[in-house]
Amino acid sequence: MRTPFRVGVGATIAATALVLAGCSGGPGDSGPVELTYWGWAPNIEKVVDVWNAEHPDIQVTFVKTDAGDPAVTKLLTAIKAGNGAPDIMQAEYQKIPTLVASDAVLDLADTIDSGLEGKFSDGVWSAVTLGSDAVYAIPQDSGPMMFYYREDIFDQLGLQVPTTWDEYAEVARALHAADPSKYLGTFSSADAGQFAGLTQQAGASWWSIDGNSWGVDIDSAAAQKVAGFWGGLVEEGVIDNQPQYTPEWNAALADGSQVGWVSAVWAPGVLSGNAPETAGKWRMAPLPQWDSSAPATGNWGGSATAVTSQSTHKAEAVEFMTWLNTDPEAVGQLVSVSGLYPADVVDSAEALSKPFDFFSNQPDFYETAAEIAGTVSPFTYGPNVNVAYSAFNDEFGKAAEAKSKQAFIDALAAMQKITLDDLVTTGFATK
Amino acid sequence: MTALAPTPASRRRVRRGRAVPWLMLGPAIVLFAVFMAAPIAYTLVLSFQRSVVTGLGLGSGSRSTVFAGLDNYVAALGDPDFLASAGRVGLYGLVLVPTMLGLALLFALLLDSRRTRLRAFSRITIFLPYAVPAVISSLLWGFLYLPAVSPFYDVADALGIRLPEVLSGDIVILAVANIALWGGVGFNMIIMYTSLRSIPSDIYEAATLDGASETQIALRIKIPIILPSLIMTAIFSMIATLQVFAEPTTLKPLSNSISSVFTPLMKVYRDAFTRNDVYSASATSIVIAVVTFLLSFVFLRVVQRRAFGGEG
Repeated sequence: MRTPFRVGVGATIAATALVLAGCSGGPGDSGPVELTYWGWAPNIEKVVDVWNAEHPDIQVTFVKTDAGDPAVTKLLTAIKAGNGAPDIMQAEYQKIPTLVASDAVLDLADTIDSGLEGKFSDGVWSAVTLGSDAVYAIPQDSGPMMFYYREDIFDQLGLQVPTTWDEYAEVARALHAADPSKYLGTFSSADAGQFAGLTQQAGASWWSIDGNSWGVDIDSAAAQKVAGFWGGLVEEGVIDNQPQYTPEWNAALADGSQVGWVSAVWAPGVLSGNAPETAGKWRMAPLPQWDSSAPATGNWGGSATAVTSQSTHKAEAVEFMTWLNTDPEAVGQLVSVSGLYPADVVDSAEALSKPFDFFSNQPDFYETAAEIAGTVSPFTYGPNVNVAYSAFNDEFGKAAEAKSKQAFIDALAAMQKITLDDLVTTGFATK
Repeated sequence: MTALAPTPASRRRVRRGRAVPWLMLGPAIVLFAVFMAAPIAYTLVLSFQRSVVTGLGLGSGSRSTVFAGLDNYVAALGDPDFLASAGRVGLYGLVLVPTMLGLALLFALLLDSRRTRLRAFSRITIFLPYAVPAVISSLLWGFLYLPAVSPFYDVADALGIRLPEVLSGDIVILAVANIALWGGVGFNMIIMYTSLRSIPSDIYEAATLDGASETQIALRIKIPIILPSLIMTAIFSMIATLQVFAEPTTLKPLSNSISSVFTPLMKVYRDAFTRNDVYSASATSIVIAVVTFLLSFVFLRVVQRRAFGGEG
């Protein structure tokens, strides 16, 4: 009978140790405040290290999570469970309404500095306030969309950089006719954010808040124009229909089969990672336009930092987040270490003066980027972006497979129905 | 035992005797209750609820959970996505299970044949793919399916053959089945081979003396004797088929033809983790579990008399 007793003592000691460990960092403790931070921005732990070295009283532990949907799932599971959520969470702009609707993040309006708002563009700020008096997150980076193309191949084939979508279609046809193995781009059913950004450029906003009810406007005339445009190019066969971010697509970027990419300001990081041998061969230009007299662009990607509703250190978390996203030193690190395009337009000027290595052939990369970033159209995300995006994957997957313009238009209508039905079923007030 | 009138001493012994099995079963019962029964019960509870939002749903406390009755079940059974995914998996099973078990049986019989050389090596080679996790094998095959990175397509191009793009269109179901086939044949082969090895060899000697050929021995003696193993592997394969998830989920980002509701379990995953609706996901899970149970049960009843008839 002795062995079980010893095991019992051992277990008691272990349990006590666990309980004690769990207590440290709690309120009333004299040690430093300990915050946990979930995110996935590359190398951001190095920026966190700078903070920890300078602020012994507020220590931040960074935990790397999967990007995007899995991170939100993990957070919402922890919120539902009642414990296990971090203090601070990286949140993509389009996920903020979902997090707010799940009561997963705190309103920071009473804690943040009043001068903070002035550091961000109106479009970015409205994404973290949802147009209300509340402030649900502090913006970190943004992803204004741009057009990337292989300058060497354009020169070789005598192609002009398209400035309108009509010209884009012409170049796509000319390129594919000159070399049938080459495409100016692909329509990817895997990237709902990219398509949302393209419709944003055309003037669409998929959701709207009207008084106390939600509107869903995915199947708008502007979005139909965009869907029909890409559907037409896929039907003609001058644009590829395969998803992005596959081994196939990476190979096509590297070997010059994909000659252009409608992407965002963070594209150099992807290109240098997936096709390092093409360094110095790419060039960035503004997105082709629908109306050249009123240049516009959309947003693809970008995140803010939020405080979760399980945090007991809201003030300290906001102090850290304000430093991380608006201190000139930290913002410089976001650019140089993490490769982000900071949302803070005031403190990032110096950090953005040096061009990205991969684009050494384009020394004015960030100047051009800043001009483009000023033309982002407004867009409202709703509380069920996840539903709309997964409907995009399924419906536009079918459409891309069918290679028909009409199928693209139909897919948009199907997305509208699925998204609106979901809001109605869940009980949201809709107009 | 209980019919005997116990003396005081033996009563004590009986009481202790009764406690021992419980003590030994204790850990298993606790584990079963905590990790099987409780989650199943919780899933049942969730499946009768739903989440309701009021107004814009943005303030705290605007979301509440209410009793939903059978709504989730009605929605699950009436969902065209769910029915389509069930049909797809049915087709997938019809292709996969007979092919996999047929190949496994063929390999097992070949390995068991007296004329086979390199037996241990062949056995390991056929079994090895089973040791590769489904996600890894799906990634490997995914690369092999993509024309720009696949050596198959390079070789076919060199020979002037045009291979179809297996990740496009309805043919994608064969691409998924092929991965499961590659991983599953070895496992089933080992089960069949093990029961073949347990057949006493004097039966074969007697058959040979009676003039039976190797093929006749295989068809008339070996297969009937290992029928129980065949039935067991068939049931395992059917259950695995209904639960197919890892292969299509891993291939999904590579293909336009695999939707987020390609199989019933993928629909459960989408509902629970993409749409944050654990309630309808729970109802669908229960439906899948019941269907799996019924199918296994009916299959067993149908074949039981034939297979185990002699054993009562």
